[in-house]
Amino acid sequence: MTQAWGRVREIIKKEFRQSLRDPRMRVLLIVPPLVQLIVFGYAVNLDIESSPMAWMDLDRTPQSRELLAAFRGSNRFVVKSSTSGEDEIHDRLDRGEVQIVVRVLPGFGREILRGNTAPVQLLVDGTNSNSASILSGYAAQIIAGYAGKVAAQPQRSRLVMQTEAAGAQVRIGLPSLAVRSRVWFNPELKSRYYFVPGVIVNIIALVTVMLTAMSIVREKEIGTMEQLMVTPIRPIELMLGKILPFALIGLLDVGLVTTAALLVFRIPFRGSGILLFGASILFLLTTLGAGLFISTISQTQQQAVLSSFFFFMPAFMLSGFTFPIRNMPLPVQYVTYANPLRYFIEIVRGVFLKGTGVVILWPQIAALFVYGVTALGLSAIHFRKRLD
Amino acid sequence: MNMRRTWAVTRKELLHIVRDPRSLSIALAIPLFMIILFGYALSLDVDRIPAMIYDADGSPQSRDLVSQFQGSRYFQIIGFARDYRAIERKLDSGECLMGVIIPNDYARDLLSGREAGIQLILDGSDSNTASIALGYADALVSLYGARLRAEILNQGRGGQASAPIDGRIRVWYNSELKSRNYIVPGLIAVVLMIISALLTSLTIAREWESGTMEQLLSTPVRAQELVLGKMTAFFFLGIVDTVLALVAGVFVFEVPLRGGLLLLGATSGVFLMGALCWGILLSAVARSQLLAYQMGMISSFLPAFLLSGFIYAIENMPAVILIIYLLTPSRYFVTVLKGVFLKGVGVQILWVEIVFLAAYASIVFLTATRVLKRKIA
Repeated sequence: MTQAWGRVREIIKKEFRQSLRDPRMRVLLIVPPLVQLIVFGYAVNLDIESSPMAWMDLDRTPQSRELLAAFRGSNRFVVKSSTSGEDEIHDRLDRGEVQIVVRVLPGFGREILRGNTAPVQLLVDGTNSNSASILSGYAAQIIAGYAGKVAAQPQRSRLVMQTEAAGAQVRIGLPSLAVRSRVWFNPELKSRYYFVPGVIVNIIALVTVMLTAMSIVREKEIGTMEQLMVTPIRPIELMLGKILPFALIGLLDVGLVTTAALLVFRIPFRGSGILLFGASILFLLTTLGAGLFISTISQTQQQAVLSSFFFFMPAFMLSGFTFPIRNMPLPVQYVTYANPLRYFIEIVRGVFLKGTGVVILWPQIAALFVYGVTALGLSAIHFRKRLD
Repeated sequence: MNMRRTWAVTRKELLHIVRDPRSLSIALAIPLFMIILFGYALSLDVDRIPAMIYDADGSPQSRDLVSQFQGSRYFQIIGFARDYRAIERKLDSGECLMGVIIPNDYARDLLSGREAGIQLILDGSDSNTASIALGYADALVSLYGARLRAEILNQGRGGQASAPIDGRIRVWYNSELKSRNYIVPGLIAVVLMIISALLTSLTIAREWESGTMEQLLSTPVRAQELVLGKMTAFFFLGIVDTVLALVAGVFVFEVPLRGGLLLLGATSGVFLMGALCWGILLSAVARSQLLAYQMGMISSFLPAFLLSGFIYAIENMPAVILIIYLLTPSRYFVTVLKGVFLKGVGVQILWVEIVFLAAYASIVFLTATRVLKRKIA
């Protein structure tokens, strides 16, 4: 046993030395994690605030100016231009300079004073459907707020006059509804909170699958696999020696990204570190198994890189990292149950943002466990057969 | 530069491509597969948000409000809670994203004219979905409130509903607000970028590794002819890919194509040249197929996916990223694709992007030629 461990340790040492010496490996270890962290931590922003807006006032009354003030005061919009030219509006929307145009039609002020319905038009750039629907919501709320405060007054007084004239009892209380919303887990609705924890999952998947596959195929390609085979090392020991270094590298990545998330990006960490650590190990079993499997079906490092990439890309796209799984068509949703990244993303987000524990996350953990054991087990058997 | 020699290189390269089923399948099948799969699977349309309701009031008025939520296609009521804790648990487990709580004095406040409050709890971990859900819920409640008010007002005037302000929303360019309409054009750019860089990243490194570079050098072919010849060969493939991608976009996913086909074709051509030359440049720099491959993947996939504006809006970038961002060709291509597809705008608006793409292609071409010359010498 000690002998076996000694042999495994030798392979691990050799593997570390080789991977860290190779500039390709070093690039792979550093560039993707760093770029993803910076982009998702700093640059990516799905939050919609201060959207550029054009104001088109065809009425020019105190009422229309009050509405403009309501838009200005909301902090949701920045008025980029005021214009009355139809062509200019077209042009600005075409160029993407403004995302929404508020057009106050003639007669707006008059109709409000009379207590009739006053017309306002909103033109929204729908290219990005999500921001368009959020923006229309904001604009509709501002208008409704203004309507409630200012414009309902004449209506109400006219109602009172009418009812008094009819000799009926005056009923002053009009029903009004208010929504008080509380957002949990991410009260400021920052997209950074959503993305940065997920980077852990991407990095482990990208780095460990590719590195494991490449390191084994390299031995095959340059013929050193035969040399290893004539040493007393057994296939299982060789395999352990090959995957343990990358498991360590993967865990190191988890540690680094988590530290950066907490210290640099100030993402809350509400759950248990041990749970995250344990789930990472389970997930590593899967990715290492995938890497091992790819190594058995590839003859050259090139094929290994390509296969890893085409394993990673769909797994990444269908993991729920960017595109919520709930939005996918139903058949695809079922397919995602076969995607280990999906479970790990749910665990990571749960642990970071919600502070959920094993009680809630056990199905995901169980799935990862089953996945990891089968993937690694099958690949190990396959790997042994290939070597024999 | 000699056209005959360039063409000879192109022919040689085309033969290589046709004879190697693996690169041919990478070149043709994978892009189409990715566009179809992702175009079908990926969506940012938020509807049927799983919600849970806790109606503490249980009055006819509160039940009417509940039925508003039930009737909305944006919400799917997954159940009714009997207390606050039940909603908390479902939010924790992620089974529901929103809780609606109607307090027990709702009907009393509503009837007496006081402000009746409704409480919403949202799972904010997916900030995008949460803000859209919040918007829908707010809109639903305020519309409902306005209708209640109008009903009361109308009692005194015998019908004729009227809201104080009629805010009519018209959505341009993507009037049904389908996320697919803006995901698919971006996807086309991302996929074309990855495939072009991958395809060409091997081409020169392979010549070095298999030793045929020496043979090529003994012929009178010059560096720029080699680069141009190789690029032309892959350009044919790239054009086939582009046509497949555009056909899939228009006919499979029914993305409206409002602008000029000629503009779209020309810009795609310019973009392809730049992306292909990028691969050739990497291949000339790396000299090893593997390194070229990896560099091709990382340098095409990460920027094209993250920085092109395909999905993520980019703001407040640190300087390093800003430079990469400004130099990402797919970013300009995505703008052109979305502009031509959805907005139907023409050269007078998109010329900046097109000029950049052309400049990018020429600079990368010249650099690749120079690097290759230096390596040969």
